[in-house]
Amino acid sequence: MAHTVTRLTRFNMTSLALGLAFLYLPIVILVIYSFNASRLVTVWGGWSLRWYREFFNDRAMLDAAWMSLSVGAVSATLATLLGTLAAVGLARGERFRGRALFSGMLYSPLVMPEVISGLSLLLLFVALNAERGFWTVTIAHTTLTMCFVTVVVQSRLTVLDRSLEEAAMDLGCDPVRAFLLVTLPLIVPAIVAGWMLAFTLSLDDVVIASFTTGPGSATLPIRIYSEVRLGVKPEINAICTLVIALIAVIIVVASFASKLSSARGESAAPL
Amino acid sequence: MSARRIFARPARLAAIAPYLWMVLFFLVPFGFVLKISLSQTAIAQPPYTPVFDFTEGRAALAAFAQLSFDNFKLLISDNLYILSYLRSLVVAVTSTLILLLIGYPIAYGMARLPQRWQAVAMMLVIVPFWTSFLIRIYAWINILQHDGLLNQILLALHIVSAPVVWLSTDSAMYLGIVYSYLPFMILPLYATLSKMDASLLEAAGDLGASPLQAFWLVTFPLSLPGVGAGALLCFIPIVGEFVIPDLLAGSNSLMIGQTLWLEFFTNKDWPVASAAAVALLLLLVPPLVLYDRLQRRQLEAGG
Repeated sequence: MAHTVTRLTRFNMTSLALGLAFLYLPIVILVIYSFNASRLVTVWGGWSLRWYREFFNDRAMLDAAWMSLSVGAVSATLATLLGTLAAVGLARGERFRGRALFSGMLYSPLVMPEVISGLSLLLLFVALNAERGFWTVTIAHTTLTMCFVTVVVQSRLTVLDRSLEEAAMDLGCDPVRAFLLVTLPLIVPAIVAGWMLAFTLSLDDVVIASFTTGPGSATLPIRIYSEVRLGVKPEINAICTLVIALIAVIIVVASFASKLSSARGESAAPL
Repeated sequence: MSARRIFARPARLAAIAPYLWMVLFFLVPFGFVLKISLSQTAIAQPPYTPVFDFTEGRAALAAFAQLSFDNFKLLISDNLYILSYLRSLVVAVTSTLILLLIGYPIAYGMARLPQRWQAVAMMLVIVPFWTSFLIRIYAWINILQHDGLLNQILLALHIVSAPVVWLSTDSAMYLGIVYSYLPFMILPLYATLSKMDASLLEAAGDLGASPLQAFWLVTFPLSLPGVGAGALLCFIPIVGEFVIPDLLAGSNSLMIGQTLWLEFFTNKDWPVASAAAVALLLLLVPPLVLYDRLQRRQLEAGG
């Protein structure tokens, strides 16, 4: 029998429903308006793909989208590599000199205001005399997103049963082989989820990209941002809907990966 | 035990590459911010005169004599900066409180759902975090603009007789901030609330506490770590927020992130922008240290 103090009350249900509606309604409205045939927001002119066609004829916007996708893919890959290595160091390295600095450097970018990260990286690139464009944005995004990858992979590594690695080593594996043959397959889903997160974060960033990019190489969010400052444009609704669709696919893949991860974790536990 | 120690050595070696990366691209850049914040503005490319060249190996004392604290003096003397810092703090504190008030009931509702539904609700809260932040703000501009959906509904219901100005107001900015940061508040709250032992509440109930008393005397005090984590996770980035106030708030009072952006991109005054960044960073050191501690404790305990 449910106890009065622990029961799910009507108040609980209402706040939950309102909260979720608050989170989702604006996005749903945006998606619906992207199919509006009318240029005016007040008028519903029927369903149409007009604004999507407009986007696919907009050379500058397409270039920006391509720039964003390639920066996202390259930086997410680098970030996943570095972030996973960092997670292994933190979760398995026991105590070492400089550990506190290391974890501090990895956790603070998660909350650091973007204007600070962006400005500081730009000043570094200027001091190094680096030409600003694709690579500077990629390096900036790698630095930010590898921290998120580290957190995702590290939390997976800490809950993983360590006796599996130890058994492999007892059976004659050296640590590197034990990691590659036992640990790595078990954390692959977390690594995949980390890559996806890094990619979407890179695809989303305006501030750091604005600081670190050079003239003529704007990313999609930079372009969207400068259009949005001038007001609502139906074409932007269409672009935003496409980005949302892309991210939705990514979320499905990532959640599938993490489901796989927890399923494997459970099956590994009784060992 | 010994297997762990043998495993630890290559694990530490694995950390070398990310360690060097973070030193080069996270730590060293702060050195440049500090250095440029102490230099003079110049009309050149880059727009500052270098304070000292590390390569020349000049005596440290001589170099120090060249340092200019003018930019920091400007920050203190010019009202614009002080007002922006104050505004940033006020906005961040207010938003964090609103987030707590809205986020707590939602997280509480989630924690009380049947186990199977908790995973679904958690997923539903995480999804907006993945969806582009800029797009979500843009979605609100669609709704809040002069002939947007909100005004249409209000007019149709005869609640107002003329369209209300929503954009470029503080209310729109708070709405945008709360909307964007809500998942960051809900998730840590949910994490502590869902781990709470239900038998504690039952015991309180058995001892005669009403549900409200049980909440204030048992649930709320036990959820304080989650409250702290959620508050820091929202407060720190909101202080330096740029995009939301820029798109939704009016332009008559700026947050520090906007001032920094303006100095940098519009006025091309890199030294002053750097000084503003250093001051902002100093402001954020205590909450950052607190946050780092919480995060480390949570991750290393396997929470």
